[in-house]
Amino acid sequence: MSIDTLEPLLAEHPFLQGIKKDYLQLITGCAKNVRFEAGHVIFREGEAADQFYLVRHGKIALEVYLPERGSNSILTLGAGDALGWSWLIPPYKWRFDARAIETTQAFALDGKCLRGKCEKDPSLGYELLKRIAVIIAERLHATRLQMLDVYGARE
Amino acid sequence: MNDGPQRAGSIDPMLPAPWRIRRVRRNTRDTFTLDLEPVYAGISLPFLPGQFNMIYLFGVGEVPISMSGDPESSGAMTHTVRAVGTVTRVMSRLKRGDEIGIRGPFGASWPVEEAAGKDVVIVAGGIGLAPLRPVIYHILARREKYGRVALLYGARTPHDILYQDELEKWRGRFDLQVEVTVDNVSAGQSWKGNVGVVTSLIAGARFDPAQTIAMICGPELMMRFTMAELKKRGIGDDSIFISMERNMKCAVGFCGHCQFGPTFICKDGPVFRSDRINPWLSKREI
Repeated sequence: MSIDTLEPLLAEHPFLQGIKKDYLQLITGCAKNVRFEAGHVIFREGEAADQFYLVRHGKIALEVYLPERGSNSILTLGAGDALGWSWLIPPYKWRFDARAIETTQAFALDGKCLRGKCEKDPSLGYELLKRIAVIIAERLHATRLQMLDVYGARE
Repeated sequence: MNDGPQRAGSIDPMLPAPWRIRRVRRNTRDTFTLDLEPVYAGISLPFLPGQFNMIYLFGVGEVPISMSGDPESSGAMTHTVRAVGTVTRVMSRLKRGDEIGIRGPFGASWPVEEAAGKDVVIVAGGIGLAPLRPVIYHILARREKYGRVALLYGARTPHDILYQDELEKWRGRFDLQVEVTVDNVSAGQSWKGNVGVVTSLIAGARFDPAQTIAMICGPELMMRFTMAELKKRGIGDDSIFISMERNMKCAVGFCGHCQFGPTFICKDGPVFRSDRINPWLSKREI
């Protein structure tokens, strides 16, 4: 079977599961397949956030660079995860570094292309925002749990 | 081992039996494992995964510690302990040949029989892997009786991961999914594994929610978050089991120190089905 478009593959990704076919077609128009070898820096803090990634296989680390200490991994993402929402939020700059720590396959969605389509069709924008809001909320909950240091010693 | 009086802990639950330390292993900077053998011949304390002993340091005090060894290893007892209080700090200085008192085993066990024929998800946080290790031994000893088995483990840092050699060995098995994550990694540390809370591993765990038993052990907050995630994946409250920790003293439901709502953690737990304990978890007054 040949696959002429990424649409059926995109439809299987958890981030887009159950999305209306019309929206999926619009999103597919902004998507491409990408592959990163282990160690490849996908983006760096401060660079233009012009992509949004849906991970298919592999593992990516979100890192922050600490002067005189080096890169510090703060979160890893794997198959089924979405990487980056800075493409949607001004000033459209990455806030962290992202590096593949295993060979990684993903869909790269062109942020500028998606923003344009969302402006033209606010219902698509609302649908994507709802899905991204879930991710933001999950990451916020997880970060709070990390901050609570629940495994720390207590008397 | 000599032939002294037969003083098994099971005869009088309030009377400690003397056990001798056969080996001390340092697991992490604050956690250690004691392998114990009975001082007097003929004493053995058969236990079920999830049960605990009261360990008495003569002249110091007594603490409840779950068994962390293989339930089928006869004549020996293994406890993994974190040095966090007066008794456990003194315990961390014990050496091979030192003697301690043991009462037990006490409490309800993990539902290893109920889980037979089903998928099993084991979620552990920090020292919470220790009370679940006997479950893993039990399952691996009769692997064909269970469906898919996933072990999801979260620790504070890479240095705080318990039983690293065993985790590595289990990860190499084709019939066991093992995922480990840490909350924090220091800059420059060569950690290639996952970073994030243990709940983030649940999405990638392979199981059929309708045919799964989940067992969770760790800090209470971690267990609450984990239960919520497992329920999101479709596992029912009646298929999720957690191990509770409270101030246990007598271990047989006399003293009331560990009363939690209508239950005693020592006698009715420490392992509870989540729908039976959940109503009390959210009560701040308890």
